[in-house]
Amino acid sequence: MERFVFLTVDGLAHGAIYAAFALALVLIWRGTRVVNFAQGAMAVVSAYIAYSVASASGSYWVGAIAAIVSGLLLGVLVERGVMRFVAHTAPLSAIVVALGVSLLIAAIIGILYGVDQRPFPVPFSRTPYTIGSYAVFSPFTLFTFGVVAVVVIGIGLLFTRTSVGLRMRASAFAPETARLLGVNVSRVLTVGWALAAVVGAVASLLIIPTAFLQPNAMDLVFVTAFTAAVIGGLDSPVGAVVGGLVVGLLLSYVSGYLGSNVTSIGVLVLLVAVLLLRPGGLFTMRQARRV
Amino acid sequence: MTGSDAAVAPSAERRTAGGVLRRLAGSPMLGRPGRGFTLARHLAVAVVGLAVMWYLTDHVEAFYDFQIATIAAYLCVVAGLTVLTGLNGQVSLGHSALMAVGAYTVGLLLSKFNDHNVRAQWTVPLALALGVLTTSVAGGVIGLAAARLRGPYLAGLTLAIVVVVPSIATQFGSLFHGDQGVPVPAPPAPTSLGQFFPQEEWDAWIALAAAGLTLFFLANLVHGRVGRNLRAVRDHEVAAQLAGINVARTQVTAFVVSAACAGLGGGVIAVINQSASPDSFALTLSLYLLLAIVLGGLGSLYGAIWGSIAIVWLPYLTNKVMNGLTLSAAEAAKLRGNVPLAIFGLALVIIAIAAPGGIQGLLRRAGRWARARFASRVPQPPSSTGRRPETSPPHGGATHRQAAGPEGLPPTTPSAPTSEVTT
Repeated sequence: MERFVFLTVDGLAHGAIYAAFALALVLIWRGTRVVNFAQGAMAVVSAYIAYSVASASGSYWVGAIAAIVSGLLLGVLVERGVMRFVAHTAPLSAIVVALGVSLLIAAIIGILYGVDQRPFPVPFSRTPYTIGSYAVFSPFTLFTFGVVAVVVIGIGLLFTRTSVGLRMRASAFAPETARLLGVNVSRVLTVGWALAAVVGAVASLLIIPTAFLQPNAMDLVFVTAFTAAVIGGLDSPVGAVVGGLVVGLLLSYVSGYLGSNVTSIGVLVLLVAVLLLRPGGLFTMRQARRV
Repeated sequence: MTGSDAAVAPSAERRTAGGVLRRLAGSPMLGRPGRGFTLARHLAVAVVGLAVMWYLTDHVEAFYDFQIATIAAYLCVVAGLTVLTGLNGQVSLGHSALMAVGAYTVGLLLSKFNDHNVRAQWTVPLALALGVLTTSVAGGVIGLAAARLRGPYLAGLTLAIVVVVPSIATQFGSLFHGDQGVPVPAPPAPTSLGQFFPQEEWDAWIALAAAGLTLFFLANLVHGRVGRNLRAVRDHEVAAQLAGINVARTQVTAFVVSAACAGLGGGVIAVINQSASPDSFALTLSLYLLLAIVLGGLGSLYGAIWGSIAIVWLPYLTNKVMNGLTLSAAEAAKLRGNVPLAIFGLALVIIAIAAPGGIQGLLRRAGRWARARFASRVPQPPSSTGRRPETSPPHGGATHRQAAGPEGLPPTTPSAPTSEVTT
């Protein structure tokens, strides 16, 4: 029981971060029909900037703010500088360009910082509280839940309650009509990329402390979050959050009870099961017409 | 459809239902006079290519033989992937996992033979054939799932498959020996070739034979009915269905063929390296394979050759250049590995945006330009060698084609210039 509680809390904490990262992927997919394969690399850049700024200034929070600002700039830079010019005729070209960007970023980080692992600072202790004899959650876990909740609710409110969100939904749903109605679709896309990059940067600040900072620190996170987004349905923000939590829990239980080397098999089994039943993910809407 | 139509908007035309139907109806593969010679032509190209490579392997150092062997092994996989992704439009990030299936099958079989003291040369082709068979079955299973999935969903599934490889190797450690991998005791080069015959050259021959076979098989496949179906399904599924093509079966076929090539390539890599371990078939390799098909030119078998050369030689060349520089040990450690990565990334972005046809597309454009120049100077080059009219540009303007088109030839089938037959 004790173990079950621990695994559940740990799984939910990781799952929340996967959910945030998956949400960033979904944001870009809805707007541009591009899976941003560079998301992990972009998040790592923000993490390195946070690391450098935090080491130089001595304050975690200054580093975190630097990471968020850098995420914003990087999102704008990648969208305006590269992704904008990709032709959307073939599905592969966007994937390939994003992969190219991610290789380039990983190489530049490797050249600047080397490949050695660095410990990443945390704002709160990672030693868990104990209730009775149960070791449940640490202050950092609480912080993680809080931040992810703020991000998810914030994005939800942004999309449903603000005019920017309305424009974003309109541009994603019917770009031509939105343009006719006076929405600057191109600027909305840039905002979407910037927003997604910020969410990715926040996710990297939360997950990298659980391991080490290194140039490919977010690779596995990206794979897991992408799986979560696919399970939830790439079009659905709710699906991304649910998918992230489910995958996080599953990973935690499988590695806790069956051993850590079967976790990826567990994820694959879940993915295959979901996709065979619903090829568009759990929360997809029925496609009415394909012509 | 007239030639000028195609010149105005070839890509837009390609992706509409009407365009696909028209292409199917007037497909150049059916009415072309030289169709009977396709097989002979591919055979001739394969034989000449292999002869050149044989001469080359015999006259270079053992180290370059090893590189040629590696390139040839990757070529098997890249050619298969370019058919799947370029001609059928299915994006697979899982080909390194399929290579692992081939490699492990070959490794386990050769180990078994070795345990029973069977070290004859025939064990290698037999093991490779069984490796191809196993991988085809695996590819069929993935393909069945893949036929239901589109675009990023398929990419997600294949991505998850690649990540699983090390876990499976560890989980079934008694068979696959975990991270360490299995040894691949391929028999050494036959003694009849001489006592000091370099093993690398023998490996290169095995790899080149595999690559030649793969390319020959694929070239015939994509020029025939199967290839036409693959392209039709890629361009417009509903239109292909209307034309009587079984979409799901075509997609599964593409996956099986592509997997078989990946299995062969993986098996050959295992034979060359004398081992098969999860490290050598990680996600990075899948990304490199994608890189190769895009750099070379998506959907083109010649492009697969350029792409395979690029992914093997580019890291080698950059490291060689950097060895020439005087760097401190720390700097060298940071630059090594990262500089080729940066070049790859940059090349990928630039090529995908500025030259979507890849290296082969650039070569084709250069060739067309050269021919146009030549034709405008010497006004009488109509050769009777049966040069196919489709070499005229799908993207080039009308003036271009007038310059290139030899007056001697009668007007060919109007749809010919739009065909996308790429070898």
